[in-house]
Amino acid sequence: MDSSSTKITFLPASIRDFFLEVDGISRFTGQFFKTVFKRPFEFSEVAKQSFIVGYKSLGLVTVTGFIMGLVLTIQSRPTLARFGAESWLPGMVAISIIREIGPVITALICAGKVGSGIGAELASMKVTEQIDAMEVAGTNPFRYLVVTRVLATLLMIPLLVIFADTVGLIGSYIGVNIMGDVGLRLYFSQAIEHLDFVDVFPAFIKTFFFGFAIGIIACYKGYTCNKGTEGVGLAANSAVVIGSLCVFIIDLIAVQLASFFM
Amino acid sequence: METVVENMEAQNAAVGKKENDLIVLTEGLCKSFGDNHVLKGINLQIARGENVVVLGKSGSGKSVLIKCLVRLLSIDAGKVIVLGHDIPALGEEELNDVRKKIGFLFQSAALYDSMTVRENLEFPLREMKNQSKDEKEKQVIEDLKSVGLEEAIGLMPSELSGGMRKRIGLARTMILKPEIILYDEPTTGLDPITSKEISRLIISVQQELKTTSLIITHDIECAKITANRILVLKDGVFVAEGTFKELEKSEDKWVRSFFE
Repeated sequence: MDSSSTKITFLPASIRDFFLEVDGISRFTGQFFKTVFKRPFEFSEVAKQSFIVGYKSLGLVTVTGFIMGLVLTIQSRPTLARFGAESWLPGMVAISIIREIGPVITALICAGKVGSGIGAELASMKVTEQIDAMEVAGTNPFRYLVVTRVLATLLMIPLLVIFADTVGLIGSYIGVNIMGDVGLRLYFSQAIEHLDFVDVFPAFIKTFFFGFAIGIIACYKGYTCNKGTEGVGLAANSAVVIGSLCVFIIDLIAVQLASFFM
Repeated sequence: METVVENMEAQNAAVGKKENDLIVLTEGLCKSFGDNHVLKGINLQIARGENVVVLGKSGSGKSVLIKCLVRLLSIDAGKVIVLGHDIPALGEEELNDVRKKIGFLFQSAALYDSMTVRENLEFPLREMKNQSKDEKEKQVIEDLKSVGLEEAIGLMPSELSGGMRKRIGLARTMILKPEIILYDEPTTGLDPITSKEISRLIISVQQELKTTSLIITHDIECAKITANRILVLKDGVFVAEGTFKELEKSEDKWVRSFFE
């Protein structure tokens, strides 16, 4: 880090810091891939972290998903009604939720809740020398702390997105029924009828990238924190900010790639 | 107390006979943080069975020195040989194997605060595949008994007092039966009575496990109880070396000020 920073002193500090951050995250990601396939595997810790990331985020994701579906339906209904296209409402809401809103909103919630949690936890372990203690005990703290948490976010965020999409559609069904009378089976058959493979598959694949980015950035910010207790807050904060930014960047790339293949 | 001092003198004599059996050897060890040159060519030799204390004021680089010995910090120049291994040249796997033979008690004890005392002690044993679960359990209880805290096995670190945390930290350090234990300010933040208890515990652990100890401290009472050789660190170099009694009568006013 020090040597790199001295080599590029001709750049303004903010640009230099940006490149150093990108370099740090890239190396950290490289170390993840080098470690993840090496034995011993920490299955029980992955399960524990998956429980923390998945189960403990379920309440927040449920409420958000439900409100997302309900509000989208209530807001869209008057416009569609003006064109006499109310029957398109389930399909339109389903496509919006499954392709875009569900994955992005869920990922942003996880970047906030999970990302800040991981960032603060690892940073506090770093400043209280717990990570150093693991290192000097001859264990591999990177495998135990980082690999397990990144795998947990990688596996759980796609599942949370599927759950949020489902709850969002239920919210939408209730929204439709506030001013109308549509059966559950009819609503869902109309919603699913408008969905294609290209709506579902790319949206599902990108959630793995969201999960990976949220996990690796939160772990990086926590694991490399070195400014005492002030650094813990900073790590949690930047884990959320950079994680959220990455979600939007990945989404932009995913949309471009999906439209290219379509 | 007198028994402890007698033990130390006996050990001193034993150490003299084994001077060639070096556990730690550093030559010209330098470490800087930017323009701050913390260690300026440290030469340190510790023989098997010795209890060496490094005394120095806060910020003199004592903790940096022991962190360099286990490569928690990389060195800028010099040589670091621990247990016959050239520490800066080791690969990751080899370094981990050497680290398992080195115990390290952190200033804050560094207990894993999301784990119970039992889990804290079991953690270093997780990669010991040749030990059964029962054997690990037995070892955890034995180590807790030797620090007098077997009743704390189910507690979380947040439920422990400062002295208890240090004892548990020491039990965790002992669990892999290290050949050398590095103590980073073992009595900092403790009242005088608990400090004395911890210092005596260091001696009893050293005698029980037949380990070598390197103790970093600025607590003169701790140095008096534990050391059979004291090195005084000032401005990144050792400025004095000797037994407690020798240094107490040092002609150097700055060195003597530690003992007054």
